[in-house]
Formats: sequence, structure tokens, C-alpha cells
Amino acid sequence: MGKTVIEKIIARHSREEVAPGKVVWVDIDLRTARDFGGANVVEHLSRHYDKDRVANFSKTFFTFDCVAPANNIPYANNQQICRVFAQQQGIKVFDVDQGIGSHLLIDKGLCLPGYIAVGTDSHFNILGALGALGQGMGDVDIAFAFKTGKTWFEVPETIKVVVKGKLFPPLSSKDLTLAILKRLGSKGALGKAIEFCGEAIESLSLDGRITLTSMVTEMGGIAGFITPDHKVLDYCRARSGRGDIEAPMADPNAHHCQTIEVDITGLKPQISLPYRPSNVVDVEEVEGEKIDSVFLGSCTNGRWEDFKAVASLLKGKRVFGGVMFKAVPATKEVYGRLLREGLTEVLFDAGVILNSAGCGGCASGQVGMTGEGEVQLSTGNRNFKGKQGAGKTFLVSPATAAASALYGKITSPVKL
Amino acid sequence: MKRPILIKGRIWVLRDKQGRAIDDIDTDQIYHNAHLAITELEKMGQFALGNLSGWEDFPQRARPRDILVVGRNFGAGSSRQQAVDCFRSLGIALIIGESFGAIYKRNAINSGFPLLLCLGIVSQSGKVNSGVILEVNLSTGETYNHTTGQKIEGGEPFSRVQMEIYQAGDLFEYGRTILP
Repeated sequence: MGKTVIEKIIARHSREEVAPGKVVWVDIDLRTARDFGGANVVEHLSRHYDKDRVANFSKTFFTFDCVAPANNIPYANNQQICRVFAQQQGIKVFDVDQGIGSHLLIDKGLCLPGYIAVGTDSHFNILGALGALGQGMGDVDIAFAFKTGKTWFEVPETIKVVVKGKLFPPLSSKDLTLAILKRLGSKGALGKAIEFCGEAIESLSLDGRITLTSMVTEMGGIAGFITPDHKVLDYCRARSGRGDIEAPMADPNAHHCQTIEVDITGLKPQISLPYRPSNVVDVEEVEGEKIDSVFLGSCTNGRWEDFKAVASLLKGKRVFGGVMFKAVPATKEVYGRLLREGLTEVLFDAGVILNSAGCGGCASGQVGMTGEGEVQLSTGNRNFKGKQGAGKTFLVSPATAAASALYGKITSPVKL
Repeated sequence: MKRPILIKGRIWVLRDKQGRAIDDIDTDQIYHNAHLAITELEKMGQFALGNLSGWEDFPQRARPRDILVVGRNFGAGSSRQQAVDCFRSLGIALIIGESFGAIYKRNAINSGFPLLLCLGIVSQSGKVNSGVILEVNLSTGETYNHTTGQKIEGGEPFSRVQMEIYQAGDLFEYGRTILP
């Protein structure tokens, strides 16, 4: 029987025969730890190994994105523990100014199609946007990967998701992503990999692919995969300086455990209601609910295209009185481009609070906590109870976030 | 075999106030992100289930060697090891449930913490309730309600890698035995 593309990527990194359900050992191309989990990784390494604590320092990185710069002493301490260890071991640190680690692996040309990368970030399957296998892991796993360069994988079965129809503005990849999440639910891909295909998938830019693959986590999936097109391949070649990059391919007779068709013909803007990402409805069903705050950013929607979509809607206008609009670019590179192309001024004039790069409004980032009763629209990926504070969080696309910010209530961008 | 294959203990079944199984309990409900900077195991237990409605006092009520019984997709969400470690910290002997978040399952296996699949243990009503004694065989998956003497179907044995890591202690110890 032929292998799926995920099985082939795993097979290329293993000396064992690969088949779904089988546990195999793989050699990992890249391993990273964040300021979250990083100090625990250092503690494990120090406790369990006297010397040679890192198998290959050039494939190992720290990325500080969770609370960047640290706004509390425990996080500041943990970042410093990682910095000191990194210096001893010769490991590169992408420090608090650089942005979200998974995005840096993409933009610095470190992660390439067909790679396996692991990190203390549950949204690492974002790397499927490049055609790589990314896996979020806990600190025990990552410490072991730092030390040995290896990990065990239970080879997942692969679900094929075929998207029918096309996306038309103002809809974006986030609406498509939420529509797929609604269909699969929070457990639809539990323990499995997903291969996305269809015309709407092929037409997605790298930024759009990042949005979709990041939320495979919310579908319960281990990894998501989109076959890189020539634009993604060119991006990887340009960023890495390597010419020999090709797209990994499934065998023609690959076996998928399930094929799911999602028809997006006539799709309307989508929104996740509190407190579950998979609790998705059309924006128009909850239109008119008053909002207090908006967050633009996260590993799901903190890219250039996301900011551009928001800036184009806010240009020359002001956010509704009393609505707090916080924006956090995913990386310093996005931040720099906003400055150079005049978008910071557009956002500033509209009343947006622009922060330096990082995870920002998710988890316990600096800009994201909500108060009791506060209603927040977020372009992030999770709205679990209490995650971003005491308030209620809805998940939306950048365009829906901007449209709603202008009216002070949940508003479909189709209306603009 | 150094570590016990047979685990027997009093259970806590994660149900809501209406008695329904709570599915999709995410890692922020198990161990909230406000406590992520903590790195000492002994300090983690006090925050276990601290953000799960109706279960905030679990750390005070649970005793060492108790068993936690959970529904589907337990441990969805973030990769935080603390969501496993907080139960190790309290001395919980085993988590048995219908399904687990993918990363959560790895995290438990790698730290040598027993996690066992048992489809239907919560969703089929009348099988188990908090307070009864459960007896679970990790290598066969056989599960008994020790209080009533009834067998509970659906228990799955540990996978090979899970048993090997469990017996070695954790992934670090296991690694020494299999890698050069």
C-alpha cells in the first residue's frame, strides 16, 4: 500500500519501517524551546545529563515569544535561565524582540518542506504551511530532543480534507479554517494527521496557509499538511539560500483513513463563540452583540496580510468610541514592514494600540487579559474559558475584527 | 518489572453538576497559564483543575493513590507539561479516560505517568461514580469496579513504548537503555 505524504516524511527520518499506528524513532531536523517551557527543559537537561547536553547546537534554538519582554519576575527568571544555558552550549536565542518562534523558523529559512521540527508550542503544526511536519511537545520530550536529536512517533493515520469551491473577499483563510473546524469538531482529527487539498487550498498564500495549519491543533490533529506550491517553494529557496528544495509528495496509491469534503460555496464570515474554538456559526447569527475589545495577532493571524486587511478597512476611520483595539505583529519583520509601508500610521490614526512582536494576546501575554464581563473579539486560535482572562472571547478573521471594531459590535465585513 | 502493573484506588469522575461527562477539558482548565512559570513539581499540585468549574477544590479533596476518570479529548490545547505534572505532584496514581489530547498523551507517557484508554467508561451511564474503588491492569487493560465486582469493558492495554517508558521510570531513563 502507498504511503501518505506524512508517512513519507516520517519514513525519510527513520531507519524503521513506517506504517500508521506503529511507533518509530525519528531523527529531528529542528528543536526549539520557548520562554514557556524553556526553563523546564534546561532543568531536565541539567538534572539528567552531566555533559553533552545538546546533540547539535546548530539545530537547536530558544525562542522567546510568550511573554516578551517579560512583564513578571518568574518569566524574566526563566528567560534568563535559558539565555545563560544557551550561551554555555552555543545555542542561538531568538530573543524577546524577534517574535513568534514557529514563524521565525519559516521566515529565517530554517524550516523547509519535508522537515520534522518540534518545539514547546502546541501550534507547531503551523509548519505544515510549508509542507513540513511540526509537532508541539512538552518539556520532557523537548529536553530529550535537545539531548539526542531524536524522538518517538506513533505514526498517525491521515485524513484527507478536500475543500470544494472558492474563497472570495472579504472572506479569508480564517473563515475557511473555522468552517473546516466546525465540520471536524474538536476531536475530528484526534491523534491523526490532515492533508488539505482542493482549489481554495491551492490558492492560499503562505500567510493563509499558516492560518489554516495553525488550527489543526484545535481539530485535535497531530499535523496538518498543504503541498507547497511554486510560490511557497520560491519563498523557502530565497529565505534559506538553497536551490535544492522540492515539495514532498504522497505515493499515488496512498491510503487515507478518511476523506472529508467541505463545500465552501456561498460561505459567509465565520465566528467561534465562547468557550470553544469549534463552536462556529455565521457572523450574521450574532451580529449586533456589543464588544469591548479587539485583539489582532497570534500565530494564526499576525502576519503581513492580516495587518494589511485590517489597515485597509480602518484607513481614514476611527475605531468605535470605547473599544480597545490591541495589535501584535507575529514577527519583528512584519512590524518593520508595517513601519516602512505606512501602516503603523494608519493603525495609529484609527486608534489601534500597536505592540512589539510576539504571541501578545494569547495565553498570559502582555496585552490580552480580559476583565469580568468584557467581550473580546480575537483573531487568535483559542477561546477557552479563562484563557485570556475573565471575559468572553470570540474568534474571528482580521476583516471581521476590523469591521466590528468600527461599529463597536459584532459586524460582518460583508456590510462594509 | 519494577513498577506496579495493577493499580487500585478510589476514583474521581470528572462530571459536571448535571452528572454529564465533561469532554474537551483543555490544559488551561487543568493548569491555568497564570502558573506556568512554576518549575518545581511539589508546587504544581495546588493548581490542579483550578480553572474547571465545580472542581476547583480538587487538590484539597484528592489523596495520594486516587484515580482520575475523564471523558473525551482530556488535555486538549497547549503543550504544557504542568497539566500532567500537577497530578503527579498530588500523587494521583492513574488517569483513565475515553480519549486524550495528542500532546497530553505524549507528555504523560514520557514522564512515566500512567494514562489508560477506556472507551465508554464515563459516557455509558451507571458504570462508575466518584468514590468507588477501581482496579486496573496496565498491561492487559482489564478494568474492574472493585466496589461492585463488575468488569468494565473497553480498557486498552498500554502500548509497548508506553510500558517500556513506564518501567524505565521516564523518557530520560528509557533513552539510556535504547540509545547509544
